[in-house]
Amino acid sequence: MANFENVVVETDLLILGGGMSACGASVEAAYWAKQNGLKVTLVDKAAMDRSGAVAMGLSAINQYVGLKDGKNSVKDYVDYVRNDLMGVTREDLVANIARHVDSTVHLFEKWGLPIWKDEQGSYVHEGRWQLMINGESYKVIVAEAAKNALLQSGVGQIFERIFIVGPILDGDRIAGAVGFSVRENKFYTFKAKAVLTSMGGAVHVFKPRSAGEGLGRAWYPPWNSGSSAYFTLKAGAEMTCQEVRFIPVRFKDAYGPVGAWFLLFKSRATNAMGGEYMVERKSELENWGPYGRVKPIPANLRNYLGMLDVMEGKGPIFMRTEEAIQKIANEYKDDEKAYKKKMKELESEAWEDFLDMTISQAILWAASNVQPEEKSSEIAAAEPYFIGSHSGASGAWVSGPADLQTAGTKNDYFWGYDNMSTVKGLFCAGDASGASSHKFSSGSHAEGRIAAKAAVKFILENNTMPKVDQAAVDTLKAEILKPMETYEAFKNATTDAEVNPNYIKPKMFMFRLQKIMDEYAGGVTSNFTVNKAQLERALELLGLLKEDSEKLGASNLHELMRCWENVQRMWQAEAHVRTMLFREETRWPGYYLRADKPKIDEQNWLCFANCKYDPKNGNWEMIKRPIHHIF
Amino acid sequence: MPSYVNPEKCDGCKALDKTACQYICPNDLMVLDKEKMKAFNQDVMMCWECYNCVKICPTQAIEIRGYADFVPMGAQVTPLRSTDSIMWTVKFRNGMLKRFKFPIRTTAEGSAAPGGGFETKGDINSTALFTEPASTGMAEVFTLNK
Ligand SMILES: Cc1cc2nc3c(=O)[nH]c(=O)nc-3n(C[C@H](O)[C@H](O)[C@H](O)COP(=O)(O)OP(=O)(O)OC[C@H]3O[C@@H](n4cnc5c(N)ncnc54)[C@H](O)[C@@H]3O)c2cc1C
Ligand code: SF4
Ligand code: SF4
Repeated sequence: MANFENVVVETDLLILGGGMSACGASVEAAYWAKQNGLKVTLVDKAAMDRSGAVAMGLSAINQYVGLKDGKNSVKDYVDYVRNDLMGVTREDLVANIARHVDSTVHLFEKWGLPIWKDEQGSYVHEGRWQLMINGESYKVIVAEAAKNALLQSGVGQIFERIFIVGPILDGDRIAGAVGFSVRENKFYTFKAKAVLTSMGGAVHVFKPRSAGEGLGRAWYPPWNSGSSAYFTLKAGAEMTCQEVRFIPVRFKDAYGPVGAWFLLFKSRATNAMGGEYMVERKSELENWGPYGRVKPIPANLRNYLGMLDVMEGKGPIFMRTEEAIQKIANEYKDDEKAYKKKMKELESEAWEDFLDMTISQAILWAASNVQPEEKSSEIAAAEPYFIGSHSGASGAWVSGPADLQTAGTKNDYFWGYDNMSTVKGLFCAGDASGASSHKFSSGSHAEGRIAAKAAVKFILENNTMPKVDQAAVDTLKAEILKPMETYEAFKNATTDAEVNPNYIKPKMFMFRLQKIMDEYAGGVTSNFTVNKAQLERALELLGLLKEDSEKLGASNLHELMRCWENVQRMWQAEAHVRTMLFREETRWPGYYLRADKPKIDEQNWLCFANCKYDPKNGNWEMIKRPIHHIF
Repeated sequence: MPSYVNPEKCDGCKALDKTACQYICPNDLMVLDKEKMKAFNQDVMMCWECYNCVKICPTQAIEIRGYADFVPMGAQVTPLRSTDSIMWTVKFRNGMLKRFKFPIRTTAEGSAAPGGGFETKGDINSTALFTEPASTGMAEVFTLNK
């Protein structure tokens, strides 16, 4: 087998990932590190210019509170998030992001991101919290500022195309991370005084609706594989909201965004009979506690009403784009020139929404001869994803800030440093930190900044290099490179490299995981429905899969990355199944239903369902944590 | 075949030290066949159709053909990205053409200054982050105990 060179990098702060939160972390860390003579190292599996969920661009900034305009308060944002998550939210974390997110957005604008402005020079809002942008180069611009911050200050270095697998520990403190290059035979050990995890969420844990060539066209980008969840779980960090998956309703098949249609164009969605589920099924909302009565109606409840239509055979559901555009343009109907101009403008806005962030949807429209001003398009619920920064909530359980605690919260929510997990020195942001959803691109960036500043403070107050046990690193190295060794040893045992009794290739491993999750853990084909017996069966099958993960085979570095991506997905899956099993109620219909516990149970389950894997003995612990209010 | 390479246009980025498409693909899909000196997508089922390889290719050799398992044939969506704007050409299955042009940035490439020109008041122990409170547009950062 090929020799892998050992590369050891020592740094003060290690930032894992190069997405929105990592870019925020870079800008922030560079400033404080420079003042204090510290070093910062960032590692991304891809090229920062176009890595992570914003790689294609975005057409909206989904979190802007607008505090300076006095229209909204921090509390307003917290109320919105808590309601949308059916009461389950860490208010201190959400408030912390909300008070800093505007400053992140103002920085984006200075860096060159075109944010739409009206005639008075104010931002154009898509909805109360959302701003419209020309966001094709959103990630390029944000990455540019991050790279400039790290490289021009002289404090930083950046490694691209290094896939981070897992943590290294010094007792109860994080000591760094290990990974490998996907370009050359090099094994990397990063040693650090503090580590910031920001490697995004997870997709392809569940079987996507499209299983042919379009397998990659999940709503969430195929390159985020649960690396954050795996990293924090394996470090022994307590995790939260692992049951809170996200299922977006999007334009069917290509998953084009619907936000602009619902919020900006005020479009209706109607079923096969022309009925409007949001109107006809309004009474269903009363079954979901106080959350059915709030405005806006929580995302999962909106999903649920549409799903009920589909289950009753009233699909397809159509977004009435033609009606919405006509309605807006009709305001100009007496002036032919103005009408034409408005129609042209709306058409361009509609297409840009896709071209900026889901180009596949533009292809699908063109390929089906759809002009949105003339014809409706189908919408549908996608498969489940793990994206704690969006409308999901899964991630690590982290400390809130000192000044946003009350006498009632501080014992449960505060342990010293903003966004530090329960593992000393291990910080989390974006999709990596839980119970603080609706941070989106801008809030993830802001949270990266919060976490990075706190991590620098941690380093200054704990300024020793953790001890790294070389024998433990060597064991990890052997384990991580094993799929290549397995492949080499057995590849000649058959005439087809894909079919071999001695190993399993990563793609088939992924399909096996997806089939288990789809059928037993509430994927598309099981109608997002689970019960105790199914979840137990899922755990049993996941157990066998975990055993077989030791027999993964990789013919090259690319496949080695695929192997570890899928192992990471499997761990995300296990945490998810265990937590759905633990929470004995249905709280987020429209995300999943526990058929054996079909109702919301405020008495027993208005709490966080946390879990923790113990790396020393391999045991899982399930923990209830209380929900407190700070306002 | 989501992204595909036109062999007549691809020159293997021979003027560069690494190929542009391989450098940029967020999912590590584009590779160079060193014998033919042509790039290809090594796992089309994992392509997001993010167009980053298409936008970056110096010879415009890469195009996208919509996912064959659900997209009808015959459409083409083609970008042309410059330093401050992007032009899209959308060709429908029925032959209709539409063109859209959008701005992509308001500053010169490479010029993003991390602090955005905002002054920083806080210290490592304060709640104010780098550039704050100036960049928030407020006199101070919100806190609970006031
Ligand atoms: C389809 C879609 C549409 C969205 N629309 C909007 C919108 O309109 N407005 C909005 O504000 N937000 C939107 N969001 C949300 C926004 O994109 C996310 O909230 C944000 O990107 C999260 O930031 P992050 O840093 O946690 O993750 P990401 O930005 O995804 O970054 C993850 C980073 O980790 C790296 N990485 C992953 N695994 C590894 C590994 N093993 N080793 C090393 N590096 C690794 C990746 O390469 C990447 O750099 C959307 C998200 C999606 C998926
Ligand atoms: S970027 Fe274009 S020219 Fe360069 S290798 Fe890729 S396809 Fe060929
Ligand atoms: S379209 Fe995106 S995911 Fe597909 S090969 Fe190109 S860069 Fe990679």
